[in-house]
Amino acid sequence: MAEERRPKQCTVVLPTESMKAMAESIGVGQLQEESCAALSEEVSYRIKEIAQDALKFMHHGKRCKLTTSDIDHALKLKNVEPLYGFQSQEFIPFRFASGGGRELHFYEEKEVDLSDIINTPLPRVPLDVSLKAHWLSIEGVQPAIPENPPPAPKEQQKTESTEPLKAVKPGQEEEGSIQKGQGATSAEAKGKKDGLMRMKPRSTHELSVEQQLYYKEITEACVGSCEAKRAEALQSIATDPGLYQMLPRFSTFISEGVRVNVVQNNLALLIYLMRMVKALMDNPTLYLEKYLHELIPAVVTCIVSKQLCLRPDVDNHWALRDFAARLMAQSCKTFSTTTNNIQSRITKTFTKSWLDDKTQWTTRYGCIAGLSELGPDVIKTLILPRLTVEGARIKAVSDGPVVSNIDKIGADHVQSLLLKHCASVIAKARPLPDNVEQYRADYGYLGPMLCSHVVKARAQAALQAQQVNRTTLTITQPRPTLTVSQSGIGGSGGSRTASIIKVPSSLTLMSTRPGTPTQLSPPATKYIVMATSSGSSSTQQVITRTSSSLTSATSTPQPLVKLESGGSGGLGGSRPLQKYIVVSLPSSSSLESKSGVLPPSSSASPILLEARIKVDCSDSPSASTQSPH
Amino acid sequence: MAAVQDGQLNLEVEKDIKTEITNDGSGNINANSSSPGSTSSGGKSKSPAGSGEDQQTLLAVLQFLKRNKLTESVDILRREAGLSADADDSPVSESAGAGSGGVPSVGADGGDANSLLSRVSIATPVAPPATAPPKVVAASGGEDQPDVNVVLSAYSQQGDPVLYPLYYNGLKKFIESVLDCHRAELSQVFYPLFVHMYLELVYNNHENEAKQFFEKFSGDQECYYEEDLRILSSMSKKEHMKGNETMLDFRTSKFVLRISRDSYQVSCLGKPEMSRSLWQLTITYRMLSYQLLKRHLQERQNNQIWNIIQEHLYIDIFDGMPRSKSQIDAMSGSLAGEGKRDANKAKVFYGLLKEPEIEVPLDDEDEEAENEEGKPKKKKPKKDSMGSKSKKQDPNAPQQTRIPLPELKDSDKLDKIMNMKEATKKIRLGPDNLPSICFYSFLNAYQGLTAVDFTDDSSLIAGGFADSTVRVWSVTPKKLRRVKSAADLSNIDKESDDVLERIMDEKTASESKILYGHSGPVYGISFSPDRNYLLSSSEDGTVRLWSLQTFTCLVGYKGHNYPVWDTQFSPYGYYFISGGHDRVARLWATDHYQPLRMFAGHLADITCTLFHPNSNYVATGSADRTIRLWDVLTGNCVRILTGHKGPIHSLAFSPNGKFMASGATDGRVLLWDVGHGLMVGELKGHTDTIYALKFSRDGEILASGSMDNTVKLWDTLKAFDDVELDDFTAATGHIHLPENSQELLLGTYMTKSTPVIHLHFTRRNLLLAAGAYNP
Repeated sequence: MAEERRPKQCTVVLPTESMKAMAESIGVGQLQEESCAALSEEVSYRIKEIAQDALKFMHHGKRCKLTTSDIDHALKLKNVEPLYGFQSQEFIPFRFASGGGRELHFYEEKEVDLSDIINTPLPRVPLDVSLKAHWLSIEGVQPAIPENPPPAPKEQQKTESTEPLKAVKPGQEEEGSIQKGQGATSAEAKGKKDGLMRMKPRSTHELSVEQQLYYKEITEACVGSCEAKRAEALQSIATDPGLYQMLPRFSTFISEGVRVNVVQNNLALLIYLMRMVKALMDNPTLYLEKYLHELIPAVVTCIVSKQLCLRPDVDNHWALRDFAARLMAQSCKTFSTTTNNIQSRITKTFTKSWLDDKTQWTTRYGCIAGLSELGPDVIKTLILPRLTVEGARIKAVSDGPVVSNIDKIGADHVQSLLLKHCASVIAKARPLPDNVEQYRADYGYLGPMLCSHVVKARAQAALQAQQVNRTTLTITQPRPTLTVSQSGIGGSGGSRTASIIKVPSSLTLMSTRPGTPTQLSPPATKYIVMATSSGSSSTQQVITRTSSSLTSATSTPQPLVKLESGGSGGLGGSRPLQKYIVVSLPSSSSLESKSGVLPPSSSASPILLEARIKVDCSDSPSASTQSPH
Repeated sequence: MAAVQDGQLNLEVEKDIKTEITNDGSGNINANSSSPGSTSSGGKSKSPAGSGEDQQTLLAVLQFLKRNKLTESVDILRREAGLSADADDSPVSESAGAGSGGVPSVGADGGDANSLLSRVSIATPVAPPATAPPKVVAASGGEDQPDVNVVLSAYSQQGDPVLYPLYYNGLKKFIESVLDCHRAELSQVFYPLFVHMYLELVYNNHENEAKQFFEKFSGDQECYYEEDLRILSSMSKKEHMKGNETMLDFRTSKFVLRISRDSYQVSCLGKPEMSRSLWQLTITYRMLSYQLLKRHLQERQNNQIWNIIQEHLYIDIFDGMPRSKSQIDAMSGSLAGEGKRDANKAKVFYGLLKEPEIEVPLDDEDEEAENEEGKPKKKKPKKDSMGSKSKKQDPNAPQQTRIPLPELKDSDKLDKIMNMKEATKKIRLGPDNLPSICFYSFLNAYQGLTAVDFTDDSSLIAGGFADSTVRVWSVTPKKLRRVKSAADLSNIDKESDDVLERIMDEKTASESKILYGHSGPVYGISFSPDRNYLLSSSEDGTVRLWSLQTFTCLVGYKGHNYPVWDTQFSPYGYYFISGGHDRVARLWATDHYQPLRMFAGHLADITCTLFHPNSNYVATGSADRTIRLWDVLTGNCVRILTGHKGPIHSLAFSPNGKFMASGATDGRVLLWDVGHGLMVGELKGHTDTIYALKFSRDGEILASGSMDNTVKLWDTLKAFDDVELDDFTAATGHIHLPENSQELLLGTYMTKSTPVIHLHFTRRNLLLAAGAYNP
């Protein structure tokens, strides 16, 4: 419940430091501690009040996200002029600066050249609202169409497989209890939980006519001859949300297909089936755990089988092994848990057959591929120690009498595979220098080749590191043009993909790490500060205003003042390059006369249209920018 | 009954005193200082009647007694006079407060209305005891808010701030120690007491004590008050109290509690001449909930708490067994406690109006030449399954002419015929026969869809958007066309048969039309039953009437100054209701630019409005977590329904007008019996705000749509059957709700990240749902 939250609620107030910072930002240098405290309480209260009102607008807007317009409307409700110019499309992160014992979080707003904005082509007009109808339910049953969410969400599939007794099926699966015959077979196929068999309600997987048609089409396309169709089918498997019902069929299809085609040495079909496995694994809505017992043997078969094709000397079955090994590694990563121990079981299987002297080169290759895909740690512990032995074996094949061409090819492939995977690991683990002799001593026959590979790998790593370095360097000094041009690209391209939006934020995120340079680079910094009252010098007046704010809401102290600071901390006397862009100001006349900060002309109506577009510093102050002196 | 009369009397008395004292008090009084007085006394205008003078003398005596610390006699006198404590409290508390120095002095004020500052900063404790309450300020200030200062002054200090937690703790211990059957009832006191004690502390500038008090006891409060507690917690200074609406609600309205008492004592109360000794005897005999509490407080000389109870709480005493915790929880949760039982005693004519007799041509006759006979012939009864039902006058129905309804036009009659024809093809729904749901997704709405409505014949959809536009779609192949311009219209042959076709401008045919006119998000939208008009209400404070013939705005109804959250046409057209942030629901007629009725009484925003199917009543749901039913004819509030724990966002009447369903942000649907004013069911299952509720055309199924992206179907027939209504529950309103939400739930249908914001049953009982897809 909320008990833990409540104590916090009544104590949360803005720190007095922020009051000071805000006061300084509008030219009030020495604000007493008591007035800061009073101000911060008042401001906190008002902010909470507005937030509570804004929530109302959110609720009535039928949203669960509070937007800036909600705040605007809440301000309007209180008769306060809303804030202008805060409709940024992209995320503006907070930036952090410290210095002189003070810390400040602020928005960094870059100067934007007006001509840039004008010259960028207009973004594409957003699509108009349109109406689309679909069946959410037909006589109580929800059809499995893309417009509807996947019939069984992953969590439910999981509870069904792990805790079948608890699984509560919502309305759309009520028909599930009608047919039972099919369910029995699929339930029997699950060898894993034999003991629990009797207690489980039989889960049935009968398919509707449409689903049967779909299944037929998809499987035919997947193993058919038309590549375009196959791509489409695989795409469908990888993305469609409603495949849950067909999953047992697919897994049986794959495992049976592999069994048959390995015997028949049909490489092409095996590849297609592996691609199906990949597609299934890519589908985010499927809970595959239930069918691993069928899929994993099929995949492992494709990795380590002695023969996968009719002509092993010509056909590239190595690629299939590599692909399947990658699949295996991926499923280890996603499905391995402490209870099923997939990774360790698989590792054991591979190691065992690799250690066997009689193992064929093809299987050997598969084992090594499977192991090395599992990651550098596995390579380090299992493969590196055996490099010498393996090198000797390869040497025997390549140097010895030519027994069979197949062995030779196999040995070659194993060699290149070992070199490829081990080099990068060694490059990381082994200290410099790379001495050929040393390598030979350590790794035997493969040593010299490994050495050259490691050297290459190191060179490449260094190159990459340099590149990384350079990017960070660019980023540490964020140039305004960078973001602008990027957003321009985003706008002109019209594709508001997430990647483009993300770019600026990630850039700035990195740039905050160095911290200090931003303060030193003069014009790029700007502060957005909420302040209660501008320029009232004495505390008494401040209180006056806050307490009287009730009656005339225009004087409620929520003006938003933007300050663009030239220097870093020097807010005292000489601030040649300071500008205020006043977003909203109270129009209380007493204040105006006392403080004298604001020219009378501007006090009546707060100004500023687009906060993000600013006139350059050197320009003479326009109506919207006011000099404090 | 006695209690209610007391309440009304008190209001009048209070008013009288205030005006009187105002006139005595300071030199510069505003002449019309009495008018704010009437507004302050609780929103509802009651004609002042009765003997003011008698009351005043009585009050004077009371004050005297009180000053001399004769509290017991005060109580007795008060009781015997049939007055409750609050009548004399405002002046008394004033004097008491002046002694201890917390009251802002009015004398120093000099009638300066605007300088609230001085009121705060100057705290001279030299006000003479009987000077005017600070009312003057508010009067000359001329604000529309109920005079804040009067309200606040009631919180003048009455005790040592350090003792507050002790008081509260003492009460807590006492209540925990009483018999189980009383505990639940008495526990209701905690929350209002807590609130008022906290506010008192804050008002008297004991900021730290208030904070500590809050931290110490806020955890004890029921979780459904969390929202209010959050608002309270942000209020830590006296200045904050001014203008805070929630605070005003707490102060201006009494928190209503229902506490049981033996019937014997009721008879005692009924006789004001009851002697004191007999009274005490009663107490000793019967330690009943209310008396227990009272005795406890009096024994401990705990005036602090007693004052609050007298001043801010309305204890609705009922006869019979104390209620259980679950019963109390079901009914509580509203901003101002439960509705008074007597508030729901008025008779509500919930029956349907008689349908006009219209001949219904049978289906097979359609193709034949009888088509011209489709024009209705009155007084030619033709037995039909639909027609016969409507022939009989429902005993619960209001008189046909209770409120004037618009005459049926020929087109309306045609529509009715269509309706009946469709109705014969209606699917009978039930637990075994669930409706199909067709979902209309608004794509590319960018979170901007704020309201949706369907026409009754499901041919048009309208959407209100955050970008101030209203869009109308045709969901049938028939496109939307505009009427030709006046110049073109004059060229049309008016005698031709297809004149109605000819006036339409074929060039403007399109699937959707956009209506521009509002200057803020459109929060409410409603089609007129004849499909000629569309209403929309917006953040800009206006309700607009649009013509669906010309697709232009016809009228802008200005009256609400704040956002209008909802508007709804009467099922018979012509009238419509609107409600918004200003807490007043207004009843309009389309041809009047000013409202016909204003329904005031809610303590927070009116969030949703709905007409009863017979158009004689209007239901409003509010952010104060109550639903009120208003009589259109008299403008009275005839039902106050409490029980929701969050702002109410959707309402639905069953087609027979007997039941109502309401959905709130707390994710629960509550079912109400309109005739008895009782809660008859609670449907739990949703996890987020329920924005849409609709009964099927036969009332067998209730569909609910929510922010949690689901549509749920409920078996309402069973829900209403399960509730047994004996006389006792009907009389007391203490119903024991069966926990059967799971049994009643017939189906849950997830959408794909699309909150459901509107539901509609077509005439054939197909369920239409609508929402904006939020990728």
